[in-house]
Amino acid sequence: MELRRTMLFIPGNNPGMLQNGGVFGADSVILDVEDAVAPGEKDAARLLVSYALRNVDYGCSETVVRINTLDTFGKEDIRAIVPCQPDLLLVPKVETAADIKEVVSLVATAEKPGQKKVNLIALLETPRGIAEAFSIAQADERVVALALGAEDYTAALGANRTKQGTEIFTARTMIINAAAAAGVQSIDTPYTDANDEQGLLEDSQTAKHLGFKGKLAINPRQIDVIHEVFNPTMHEIEWAERVIEAIRIAESEGAGVASLNGKMVDAPVVNRAERILYLAKLLGLVKEAEV
Amino acid sequence: MKNIINREIPEFVEGYGKVIPFAGAFTTLPDMQRQAPKVKTIKPHQSKLVASLERVFKDIPVQNGMTLSFHHHFRNGDGVVNMVLETAAKLGIKDLKIALSSIFPVHAPLVEHIKNGVVTALDTNYMSGPVAQAVSLGILAKPVVLRTHGGRARAIECGQLKIDVAFIAAPAADEYGNINGVQGTAACGSLGYAFPDAQYAEHVVAITDCIFEYPLAPVSIPQTRVDYVVKVDSVGDPKGIVSGTTRITKDPVGLKIADTAARVIQAAGLIKDGFSFQTGAGGASLATAHFVRQMMEQQDVTGSFALGGITGYMVEMLEKGLFKKLMDVQGFDLEAVQSIGLNPNHLEIGADYYASPFNSGCTVNMLDTVILGATEIDTNFNVNVVTGSDGVIMGGSGGHADAAAGAQVTIVVANLLRGRLPIIVDQVLTVTTPGETIDVLVTERGVAVNPRRDDLKAQLKAAGLPVKEISDLKALAEQISGAPEALTTGNNIVAVVEYRDGTIIDVVRQVEA
Repeated sequence: MELRRTMLFIPGNNPGMLQNGGVFGADSVILDVEDAVAPGEKDAARLLVSYALRNVDYGCSETVVRINTLDTFGKEDIRAIVPCQPDLLLVPKVETAADIKEVVSLVATAEKPGQKKVNLIALLETPRGIAEAFSIAQADERVVALALGAEDYTAALGANRTKQGTEIFTARTMIINAAAAAGVQSIDTPYTDANDEQGLLEDSQTAKHLGFKGKLAINPRQIDVIHEVFNPTMHEIEWAERVIEAIRIAESEGAGVASLNGKMVDAPVVNRAERILYLAKLLGLVKEAEV
Repeated sequence: MKNIINREIPEFVEGYGKVIPFAGAFTTLPDMQRQAPKVKTIKPHQSKLVASLERVFKDIPVQNGMTLSFHHHFRNGDGVVNMVLETAAKLGIKDLKIALSSIFPVHAPLVEHIKNGVVTALDTNYMSGPVAQAVSLGILAKPVVLRTHGGRARAIECGQLKIDVAFIAAPAADEYGNINGVQGTAACGSLGYAFPDAQYAEHVVAITDCIFEYPLAPVSIPQTRVDYVVKVDSVGDPKGIVSGTTRITKDPVGLKIADTAARVIQAAGLIKDGFSFQTGAGGASLATAHFVRQMMEQQDVTGSFALGGITGYMVEMLEKGLFKKLMDVQGFDLEAVQSIGLNPNHLEIGADYYASPFNSGCTVNMLDTVILGATEIDTNFNVNVVTGSDGVIMGGSGGHADAAAGAQVTIVVANLLRGRLPIIVDQVLTVTTPGETIDVLVTERGVAVNPRRDDLKAQLKAAGLPVKEISDLKALAEQISGAPEALTTGNNIVAVVEYRDGTIIDVVRQVEA
């Protein structure tokens, strides 16, 4: 599974940022031709993003393009951008499985023969989208993740947006559950106050506790804070290593269940430990031999 | 001839004299006595107050061909230089050499004084704006002498820059010539760049708009070295002298570079008790202080001192106990000005004490690390901070070459691309600071270490920093922007770039209009 702790939005009409998007170490960069770009500038941004995808080295960052909705400029976006081989498209305001199917068919048509298959992340930012989360996640094998867009969602609900985020608790857990049920990732909404590092830290911790695998980011300054939260801690890694060791000993003795400090270690605990060690290895936090 | 870093320089420059070629940062040694101005006396109760600048000119008397010196603590708010030169012009004086430690856009009237023959020579450490533009186009017959802050102090002390009259813009003075920079409407903080002028000039004139009751306290420049006091209506515009709080950049690329620079300092093992540090006020330099501060706080480290131009950010670090002392040769903002007046651990130091290479010890020698900028850097780590991509003078060393020479680890921070141009070139247009004194270049796409510092390279690699060869970083930049064509300049030499020891490291040639 790909690492998507941070997915950083880069305005698609800003050549300087498009050129430098790869230097910040985000797991993904989202070149945005939707909300960041005024309607009169859509053509220019589409051209810039197409050029950037073909010529700019984004280093370790996966490339994602947030296209417009199909009823606005989305179809033109797909035709121009898919042949430039981004890793993913972020599809905004997805409400039903049919929305995904329509995008998939347009993407398949736009792909050049032999090119890398372009996968999708569905951005759920309406009450309907949240309600349909599971069927959206299952709509096509190209869907690799669900992401929450909380600003539009809370506006549609008529809820107040707060730093604590109680108003989006339901949406968050529904997305996390639907994604897990469909075997795809879940990505949390961005924290929109770039100057509030403490707020970002707490919001990211909440997201991780609930089960999100990563978070959208609107400013490069947010990346280190989010990574810090989503990276396994040394404490977690040590715990996971002890779990694996305990189950190894138990298995060699013919038992399926082990005990660690008086707590039962069974399959779900082992799964969690394995996931922590997998992430730790991917991030170079432990050496191969230790795992 | 070529100097040791392979720069083509003449053996003799008309209007400057015989050239001593740069031979290495610590190779050329002093062999002279200190400058000794004529000994003065004054009778008891004799007044130093003079009614007007014109009167001072006549009393001294200021004559054709003299050297007048000024400090630049008023920066772009300075009113004194223009006032003095207007007086000189009015009195019909010609052929003056102006030794002003830095020249700013506010000094534009200098161009007219040059055209009229009032001024025929300039000696400075930094110049930007209309005067720099005019000089680059060849307005002066004699080349400008561009020095470092430490080099200017050295030249004054060693008698190579002989000052006839030092006009010292004084935010506060008493009638007997005691001066400080912390009181008065034009308070600018430290007056450090004026210290050598006051010590070694033949005549010293304090120009102030605020006369305080005798005796003034604190005293930065003492009555024992000041001959005349002139009160004028205004010495300058406070808005151009100090800014409000100097803020940390929000540019994400600048922050990325600053973060990496702080990691370099950490990896070099310097973040420990007793740490000493210098950084500039601009962009990524000041932001580096922010990340260094976070590391110091997390690791509970108390530094020894921060040096150089001081900003409110450094004042805050002093007040929070992160540094024990600030050593301040120039204050950049209101916080720095207030602090130096109130906090006994915020010390005012002179240019010689700060950076002169020819004395028994300047403070840059005690630096662990300095963060510097660059207009261009070449693959031998030579840095240009004098000329822009169009060949026009747009800056100068200031303390750049001094701090680079002194610090244990000298770090240059720069965007790999500036505008559409790569920052790394095969040969910089003008060398200000020799590569042998630069240890690390930090860009947003990687870090390059001077091959002289394999020890440091190993430390940075071990810490997981993105260490690359400087030639690879250059190639990376050119992949994005293409390689720019080299600039062609004329033959006429408009400035000689003096290294801090008085040797010539490079020359600046005229550009086409």
